[in-house]
Order: sequence, then structure tokens, then C-alpha cells
Amino acid sequence: MDKLIVSPSPHLHTKTSTKSLMRDVVIALLPAVVVSVLFYGWNELLVLGVSVASCVLLEFLITKYLLKGACTIGDWSAVITGILLALNLPATTPWWVVFIGAVVAIGVAKMTFGGLGQNLFNPAIAGRVFLLISFPTYMTDWTKPAGFVGNALADGYSGATPLGLVKEGGIDAVAGLDYSDMLFYNIGGSAGELSAIALLAGFAYLLARKVIRPYITCSIIATVAVFSGIFWAIDPATYTDPVFNILTGGLLLGSIFMATDYVTSPMSNWGGVVYGIGIGVITMLIRYFGAYPEGVSFAILIMNSVVPLINKVFHAKKYGR
Amino acid sequence: MGKFQLITKGLIKENPTFVLLLGMCPTLATTTSAINGMSMGLATMFVLILSNIVISAIAAYIPDKVRIPSYIVVIATFVTLLQFIMQAYVPDIYETLGLFIPLIVVNCIVLGRAEAFANKNSVVDSALDGLGIGLGFTMSLTILGLVREILGSGSAFGFKFIEGDGILAFVLAPGAFMVLGYLIVVFRKITSKK
Repeated sequence: MDKLIVSPSPHLHTKTSTKSLMRDVVIALLPAVVVSVLFYGWNELLVLGVSVASCVLLEFLITKYLLKGACTIGDWSAVITGILLALNLPATTPWWVVFIGAVVAIGVAKMTFGGLGQNLFNPAIAGRVFLLISFPTYMTDWTKPAGFVGNALADGYSGATPLGLVKEGGIDAVAGLDYSDMLFYNIGGSAGELSAIALLAGFAYLLARKVIRPYITCSIIATVAVFSGIFWAIDPATYTDPVFNILTGGLLLGSIFMATDYVTSPMSNWGGVVYGIGIGVITMLIRYFGAYPEGVSFAILIMNSVVPLINKVFHAKKYGR
Repeated sequence: MGKFQLITKGLIKENPTFVLLLGMCPTLATTTSAINGMSMGLATMFVLILSNIVISAIAAYIPDKVRIPSYIVVIATFVTLLQFIMQAYVPDIYETLGLFIPLIVVNCIVLGRAEAFANKNSVVDSALDGLGIGLGFTMSLTILGLVREILGSGSAFGFKFIEGDGILAFVLAPGAFMVLGYLIVVFRKITSKK
């Protein structure tokens, strides 16, 4: 009799579970992880390892000893937070800084709010932003460690990200950069910004498996394209062009994997579009006029906080209507 | 309520920061270090005790309709006094706390005690109440400042024990909110056991 579940209709059964969805996200992240490890080598492996291990360990310790409830590490969500946090950091980040990021991501942004499903802010981004304002020197050190395969950039090349170059030296600083460099792997930056192709492959997988719907991602990218397109058309000598803005920085990583987080994004499709427009506009405002060279993480955090309001305005479609 | 309880209630049961959540503006803004937090707490306590005494003494003569402006005049007088005293004897701390000293005039703890306690109790009781609440406020701000200083600058009361910077976010505004939130959790946990 224990197997008899009494519940209200509809009595539909699906094989999809939190665990299977989360596992799909991990699989979608693999291309980006592989590319980053190939090009950043042992340093990147260390950052990834410390990040994932400490996220899972912290969630285990907090659920077991602090909250004394059911252990939730089996749902893979802590693994995703760990991978995303690592992809958001420079490969040269010291391990203890990564650990502090994991404490903020899992301990503060996730478990304090009640765990998966209750968190207002995306844990990985909360961790990254906390590290960015706490350790600006480590978080903007884009020295390239030796990787496992060759790279067009010289070994130990100490450079800024393309967006950082623009912030400091104006648009001329990136005149030598080709779109194909950005599309594949040739630009400086955190592990997750390396290769647009790898991220798009993950996006295609998520769409094919119906893990995410394309509305949020497309609305962010379209907004960035339109916003930067207008400014670029008015004054191409000062403002960077739309393709540059889409391919550089954390825009693809953020819009594909972090803005689409189920818990912290709106439930309805139209809500998702509005949320994406907000992220796109804030990102471009920070890139063009802000003090920081990159604004995707700030934009996602700010829009995370208005998601409850968006949900009030745009109701999700009721099942069967 | 006994005289002794008037002093102790401000520390735990009616702690202005962790239980009543009053005076959040100076609490969050001035607690970048333990010394700063403690100075702000002591400055507020000074005003609190004196304004409580005066207001309880003159409460009977103040018409009900204009009582709040009258309280503010009394409080503002003592804040001005405090400003001059601090400028003369502790100019460094006065510089650091800056705007937040004159802002004690509109501190809701000071006005709150005047309205809720001093205007219906005796002078002695009001003085003790000011002392108790002031001590509670000073204690909370010192703890908050100490935690933020240890995490944010790697020092305690100005003595550095770690080379280099700490976790910068704790010196900035987000750290203030986070530490305050977790201290309230700890405070609730301790008090709920009793």
C-alpha cells in the first residue's frame, strides 16, 4: 500500500525529474569545460575541481548538520553551481578564493534562502559578483596559464579581456581582433568566455532536450544586438559593434546557462522576454557607460530581484487552457 | 519592572538592533570597523540618556499636538552639544563618522524611546532606560563592526593580524547587510533557547 500515491488530477507521469534536467545541463556545459581545460591546462582543472568539490561538500554539510534535513546533493544542482562558478573565474584564481566563492554561492545565495527552488538569486552569479567586489586584483588577472594545446596567444600572455581593452583604450584597442578569434578560442577571459562555439553547442543540446525554452536567451541577445546596433550606427568610432558585444565577455555563458536557471527566471514565456530585455539593456548600459568593463553578471542579479514582480504581471499559462 | 531590568532589557530582550531593528541607517553605515561601531553606539547613548532625562522631566508641560517637534528640538540640542564635544576631543572619530553624528537627531531609537518610554515614566527610570538601550545599541554595533573588520580588513580594533586586504565586500555595503542578517539569525537562535 505504500506505493499507492493519492494526489489530485491530472494524473500524468513523466520521466523528467530535477535530477535528469540538471544532468542535461551538466552535459551541455561539457564542451565549454573541455575547451577551457584544453587551453588553460592544470590551473583550470584545479579551479574547476575546487569549485565543484566545495559546492557539493558545502551543500552536504549544510543540509546534514546545520539544517538537519534531507540531503539534496543528489539532484546535481550543486555540481552545476560549481561548474558555472569555475567558468566565471580566471584560470589563475587561487583555490581559497574559489572556496570563498563557493561559500557565498551555496551557503549565502542558496541555502540561506531555503535551498534549490527558494533562492532569489542565481547562486553561481552571486558567488562571482561577491568575489569580483572582494578580490578585484585576482578577478581581473587574465594571465594565460600554459594549456594542453597551442593557442594563438603567447604563453603567459598577460592581457585584459576584449571588453577590458575597450574600457581602457577605447575601440582602437581591439581593432586587431577578428570575429573568428572570438568565435573559437583566441580571446583572453574567464574559462566560460573562451569559445562561443562550445557554448552554442551546449545551447543546441539544451534546446533539443527541451531543458530550456529559447525565449530568455534570444531576448537577451536580441536586445544587446539592437541596443549596441543603434549606438554603433550613430557613432561607430566610439561604440563597439553588435557582433563584438554578443561574442565577447560572459554574454553567451550568462544568457544560455545562468539567466535561464529555472528558479531565478520568470515562469511564463512573455515574462522571460521582458526579463531578457532587462538583462540586455542593463548589460549594455554597464558596458558602454559603467565603471566595470562587463555587466552581464550584475544585470542578471538585478533582474533576478524583479522576477517575482514579473511573475505577478505575466501569469504562466494554466495547464489545459 | 525593576531598575536593574530597565538596563538589561536593552541588551537582549529589546535589543534595538537585533530585535527591534531600529536605527538601521547608522548601523549599516558606520560599522566598517569595531572602533567606528563602538563610537557611534556611545555617541547615540550619550544623546539617548540626556534626551530621555529632559523629555521625561518636561513631558507634562508639552502640549500633545506639538510633542514630536518639541522632542526633536531637545534631541537636536544634545546632538549639537555632542558634535562640539567630539570635534574638540576626538576629531579623528568625528571625521570618520561625519554626517552620521548630526543624523542622530532623526535616529528612530532616540525618538522612539522619547515617545514610547520617557514621556510617561519618571526621570530616573528614563535615564536607566536610555542607558540600557544605549548599551544594547553600542554592544550590537561593536559586534557588527568587529565581525566586518575581522572579515573585511583582517584586523580587530585596529590591530592587524593578517597581512594584506581581507574580503573587501564586508567593508562595503553588501557585507553590512549580510553580516547583520546572519547576526540576527545567531541572536534569535541564542534567545529562543531561553
